[in-house]
Amino acid sequence: MSTATALPPPSTLVGRKLPRWTPAALVAGALAIAGVLAVLGPADSIEGFVLWTGSLFLIGQTVASFAVEGGRHARDRLVTSLIYTSFVITVIPLVSVLILTIKNGMARFDSSFFSSSLRNIAATNAGGGAYHALVGTIEQVLIATAFAVPVGIFVAIYLVEFGTGGFARTVSTFVDVMTGLPSIVAGLFILSFWILALGQGYSGFAGALALAILMLPIVVRSTEEMLRLVPDALREASYALGVPRWKTIVRIVIPTALPGIVTGVMLGVARVAGETAPVLLVTFGTNSINTDPFSGPQSSLPLFVYQQAGLPNQVAIDRAWTGALTLILFVMLLNLAARLVTYFWRARMGR
Amino acid sequence: MAKRIEIESLSCFYGNFKAVEDVTLSVEPKSVTAFIGPSGCGKSTVLRALNRMHEVTPGAHVTGRVLLDQDDIYGPGVDPVQVRRTIGMVFQRPNPFPTMSVLDNVVAGLRLNGMKTKSTLAEEAERALRGAGLWDEVKDRLHRPGAGLSGGQQQRVCIARAIAVQPQVLLMDEPCSALDPISTLAIEDLIAQLRDQYTIVIVTHNMQQASRVSERTGFFNISGVGQPGKLIEMDSTHKIFSNPTEKRTEDYVTGRFG
Repeated sequence: MSTATALPPPSTLVGRKLPRWTPAALVAGALAIAGVLAVLGPADSIEGFVLWTGSLFLIGQTVASFAVEGGRHARDRLVTSLIYTSFVITVIPLVSVLILTIKNGMARFDSSFFSSSLRNIAATNAGGGAYHALVGTIEQVLIATAFAVPVGIFVAIYLVEFGTGGFARTVSTFVDVMTGLPSIVAGLFILSFWILALGQGYSGFAGALALAILMLPIVVRSTEEMLRLVPDALREASYALGVPRWKTIVRIVIPTALPGIVTGVMLGVARVAGETAPVLLVTFGTNSINTDPFSGPQSSLPLFVYQQAGLPNQVAIDRAWTGALTLILFVMLLNLAARLVTYFWRARMGR
Repeated sequence: MAKRIEIESLSCFYGNFKAVEDVTLSVEPKSVTAFIGPSGCGKSTVLRALNRMHEVTPGAHVTGRVLLDQDDIYGPGVDPVQVRRTIGMVFQRPNPFPTMSVLDNVVAGLRLNGMKTKSTLAEEAERALRGAGLWDEVKDRLHRPGAGLSGGQQQRVCIARAIAVQPQVLLMDEPCSALDPISTLAIEDLIAQLRDQYTIVIVTHNMQQASRVSERTGFFNISGVGQPGKLIEMDSTHKIFSNPTEKRTEDYVTGRFG
């Protein structure tokens, strides 16, 4: 121990640590053992191999850390590894859905897909496009947004700024109930109320009404949360200047919460843009271009995907994939736009 | 333009809880009046009752009268918004509006109450910022966000914002408790300048500050947890800190407080 005497006395604050190469070595060891198991039988599938490797690594790391570093570090390493594992498990389906959709959707991702409808295109015919469905989705989502966003924001303002007592609690409970409302129920409601009881025809507008019902609770909840985050100090500062309450809400509270409100609205749009069931019930669907949302059947992208994917023909299934890809891009573009709005708003505030 | 305040048998409630009982005092125009006392004794509550900010808390209400010259601010039909335009307030923590620039913060009261002309607003902003002793420090960054200034500068932006609407009374609720000594000194100098134009009421935990800035001081106390706070003594600041009438005041200002 001649070298030890040359060193200063070890600090009592420095505990024993596993060397930095330990995790890498453990991964290698786990891979090796899982490889042997794969040859011997118990781990002879990809899933089994990955599962064995992961489990062996976790056990090995915990045991080694416990022996060298003590219980607290061992638990820290175990939980850290589990959290990373959860992250990977969460990302795998998201990324694989995206990759699969892009891979299969590229086949028909061409200009005719975005410029033609399915009029006179039979199930077995190649060509055709989703222009009619894209128009329908854009119009229906815009109309639904025009209904749900103002009403939702007003409800949220009521709940945060004015609502006290039983009525506010009742409203809040109903918003919660609506959040869990199955989308088919919203469609059935519009079908029975708007189309059957009031005798209106199938139309994109009816679909937009159903979508608005689905969007409303999302907008209310997210806006409400954002308004509650605005400090009361700002409201009081405004009152103290002799600013009336309504103007305080419009000019101080809402601008402060705006980035969050925009994000909430976008979540609502993303949710309803992909809804098939209510649209199927009340817009009827068509293969032709119908730019008038107020009369006649209209299609939409989810409906297009649903109908094309059900046809027993590869050209139709290709169209369905491209429709799905278009829908994902539509929602992503809207999200991007919302992020930009939020970004520039924050930049204006210098944060 | 400064006005006198007469408080007559004011009691403040939060729901059924009586926070302050039977306060009667007067605040002289164009002077600085300080409220001191331990935490929870109701001095901030009384201050907030003076511009009807107390009632912003759900369930809060008052009894008694608060006269602004002759007018009872709690009289029937009185619009609290109008009261607050006359009686401005500065809060404990600087609270500039985060969505607004320095300039927009200062003129927020004017703009939100209907003044639109840009040039007038710019003039008023300069006047208020000069009044708050901040013009030279911020004149080159009027269009930067108000939240980007230091704490002391933010608090002076808030004071500028309060005086921009030309109130007749300025209420200050522990305006320096979140600030460092240098910024505190700047605010105290500012109070000394503002006293020529405004009636100022300041709540402070800092007794040296009360003795430095105020002409008259009121001492509030509370006899126990759950009991209402009361005004123990109100007199010239010099008398309160050198030769108070009440034993409880003397114990508090000399630090022998139980």
